Amino acid sequence: GSAALATGAIAQEANLVIDGEIEIVTRAPAPDHMENVSEIVSGWEYRSPETQAVQMDDFENPGMIGVDNARADFSAAMGPDGQSCAACHDNPESLEGARAVYPKWDETKGEVQTLEMQVNECVTERAGAEAWNYTGTRMTEMIALISSVSRGLPVNVAIDGPAQPTWEQGKEIYYTRYGQLELACANCHEDNYDNMIRADHLSQGQINGFPTYRLKNGKLNAVHNRFKGCVRDTRAQTFAPGSPEFVALELYVASRGNGLSVEGPSVRN
Amino acid sequence: MSRQFTLAVTVVLISTTVQAEVAPQEVAYGEYGAIDTSLSGAPGDPASGAEIMANRGQGNCVACHAVGALDEVPFHGEVGPPLDGVADRWSEAELRGIVANAKMTFPGTIMPAFYKTTGFIRPGDGFSGKAGTEPLEPLLTAQQIEDVVSYLMTLHEN
Ligand code: HEC
Ligand code: HEC
Ligand code: HEC
Repeated sequence: GSAALATGAIAQEANLVIDGEIEIVTRAPAPDHMENVSEIVSGWEYRSPETQAVQMDDFENPGMIGVDNARADFSAAMGPDGQSCAACHDNPESLEGARAVYPKWDETKGEVQTLEMQVNECVTERAGAEAWNYTGTRMTEMIALISSVSRGLPVNVAIDGPAQPTWEQGKEIYYTRYGQLELACANCHEDNYDNMIRADHLSQGQINGFPTYRLKNGKLNAVHNRFKGCVRDTRAQTFAPGSPEFVALELYVASRGNGLSVEGPSVRN
Repeated sequence: MSRQFTLAVTVVLISTTVQAEVAPQEVAYGEYGAIDTSLSGAPGDPASGAEIMANRGQGNCVACHAVGALDEVPFHGEVGPPLDGVADRWSEAELRGIVANAKMTFPGTIMPAFYKTTGFIRPGDGFSGKAGTEPLEPLLTAQQIEDVVSYLMTLHEN
């Protein structure tokens, strides 16, 4: 983003404050790598005042029930040695900051890992238990917990170094016009954000608020399931949650939100 | 009209329709994207066209376009320009070309091609998310396109 635009955006007061405490940056200057957008905006800004209000109070936010479930799960024994997340990570707060920098390059594996992949690495390789379903309730609630302890921190995923080829792949997917409707992510979320598409107020399709509790389906929604839904809506063959394509897309879309606050679990319609 | 007679007329209509229909792959677009003759070989029905434009499962044109004359239909989109007065801006042949494949008139447009069946990236089987096999069914049939075009031709600036 240009410097002139940046000052205007920074000077703004926080619109979203959770529990009167956690200040969430919902508008920020676009990161330098974004060519066609000068300001990045959280999806929260495009929701109705009623929906917005639900996210401002953790007692009202139904996504926090999932967070509580995961908090209990954090110390539950699993695997042959009765390992638990807590055995290695003390408490969820010790994972503060992780959400903000994932997806992230993993040196040992030689690949970009999402937070879900990291958790499953711990579940299978460290605790010796069976992998959790990538977008299942247990996983999504655990991701919501890990997000919740990072709320207010700026999203800051790395796109250079060894992660760069994956980032480039994600960018290409973002601009590819898939399906019989020949629509790319960019057609809706870059060219038309803030416009109505039938009854939907289009946002920038940011993922800083994931997992999102959607009033429409009454549950926490994993980011790859949202991607899947948007691709399906172009009458295209989707990619699978956890696939290399969606991992790359997640890194790219996350990087479009560098500078917004971690917001998950957010509330959307 | 006797019942038998109606039936006979319908049969005749169907058979002429089938003969004159232009398949999606065979449409001749003009230099600027217009299509001169009816795709179905028959005239369009504007009332049916209005319905197709509003229906989510069919054209769903109001997802992107506001249409003043359809204001009883809820939630018109803003992705495309309002279609009021479109009959004053375009000829019937041009409108037919825009509805069949708007990319021939507006290169790179976001507007989907409603009478195109091949050449997609990862084409799906409808909205199932599963792979589809080309040629796909077009989004609208030849006759539905004619119906929509005949409705668009009624949209004059008052
Ligand atoms: C037996 C030990 C062990 C268990 C059990 C374990 N972890 Fe880990 N976890 C680790 C180690 C070691 C690392 C650091 C790995 C690395 O940096 O590559 C790690 C890394 C992580 C990270 C990434 C932190 C960061 O800042 O990058 C997250 C998130 C995480 N674990 C979550 C969990 C969760 C959730 C569970 C339970 C479902 C769990 N872990 C269970 C040992 C464990
Ligand atoms: C035909 C239009 C369309 C296309 C194409 C599309 N989306 Fe969406 N998307 C929507 C609508 C409508 C919503 C719900 C309203 C909103 O938040 O924008 C949405 C929501 C989202 C959200 C949730 C945002 C939030 O704040 O919770 C994400 C993330 C997203 N889209 C990502 C994508 C990605 C990535 C692609 C491409 C793979 C894509 N979308 C393609 C229409 C589209
Ligand atoms: C996903 C969005 C979208 C959908 C769905 C859509 N359109 Fe469009 N349409 C557009 C856009 C955008 C334009 C402007 C052309 C451009 O890209 O410059 C347009 C242009 C037009 C025009 C020319 C308007 C003018 O005044 O110049 C007509 C006529 C039209 N559309 C009719 C339709 C009809 C009929 C349907 C449904 C059968 C439809 N559109 C569905 C997005 C859409």
